[in-house]
Amino acid sequence: MITAGIDMGSRSIKVILLEELKVDGAPQLKYGVKKAHIMMPGDLDQDVAADKAYDEALASAGLKREDVKVVFATGAGRKQVSFSTEGITEMTAGAKGANFMFPMARTVVDVGAEEGRGMKTDAEGRAVDFAGNEKCAAGAGSFAEAMSRALQMTLKEFGDASLKSDKSIPMNAQCTVFAESEVVSLIHSSTPKNDIAKAVLDAVASRVCAMVRRVGIEGEVVLIGGMVHNSGFVQSLKVAMGVDSVSLPDMPEYISALGCALIAAERQH
Amino acid sequence: MIANYGYKDGSGEYYISIDTDKCIGCAADRACLTACPKQMFEIITDDYDDEVAWIKKPNCRTLAYDCADCKPSGGYSSLPCIAACTPGAIKHSW
Repeated sequence: MITAGIDMGSRSIKVILLEELKVDGAPQLKYGVKKAHIMMPGDLDQDVAADKAYDEALASAGLKREDVKVVFATGAGRKQVSFSTEGITEMTAGAKGANFMFPMARTVVDVGAEEGRGMKTDAEGRAVDFAGNEKCAAGAGSFAEAMSRALQMTLKEFGDASLKSDKSIPMNAQCTVFAESEVVSLIHSSTPKNDIAKAVLDAVASRVCAMVRRVGIEGEVVLIGGMVHNSGFVQSLKVAMGVDSVSLPDMPEYISALGCALIAAERQH
Repeated sequence: MIANYGYKDGSGEYYISIDTDKCIGCAADRACLTACPKQMFEIITDDYDDEVAWIKKPNCRTLAYDCADCKPSGGYSSLPCIAACTPGAIKHSW
């Protein structure tokens, strides 16, 4: 049996095609990822983009639509996936996917392009507590991206630069627009780029941490979402949360799509 | 599940928490729906197929303003939503 999970994010669309495995002598191996596919939508029509991303994923896996038993969608644009059987929230999908990758995970932090959120999960990967920020993008990837643009750096350079700084410069602005003014002020006062990068990522981490503290930090902490690729942010988050380690999955941006496909598969039994 | 709806901004932290375990099979006959003067509460079927209350999406971004009239400065001694929810599922963070 093959199920699909589609995460309609605000920046990209992620598709996971999940295959049910029957491995003799290894009953814990129930599911395997057959194909992971990501697409940056070229236009604003989300319905068309969802169709295109799904077809691309199926083609690269050598499958047809009728081979997939059920399709579940999640993410900000989940209602735009006209061919999905059901839509589930990002919290439920993220908690399930993180728990699949790290069975001991109890605190899941999801930081994507436009939104960050914290979830507490039980042993079955069920979300038991969650908090997000419905109003502000200052605790999300787009904030870091806007600031890296102001510093004329790529996101990778931005993350690496922050790791070279040991200064703590507080950023007081809560809003991306005002924060950019603060970054410009720091540039004008000849503050080294490394220190500015760290100040920005510390600020993002502190906003994310405030959400996570609302649900409480316990057990293994897993970070999912595209910001996992930013090593400077991961370090800032560890410090802000006061934890020694944060578990990072291999394909962090696909975890919600994975959770979605897993829930779809489990509901067939 | 404890569901926190709301936001944090420069002026403070504004979250309404709903304990959905207390919300399932509501003992107060969904009194929150009519108690809130702004009618911010809505009953939905969540991802685990339970019928629970949540805060309507547009209100999640404006809680500080939407709830202001019901706070003590608005003449209330207790919040109507919390008073109506006898199972004690609703909490405000501010």
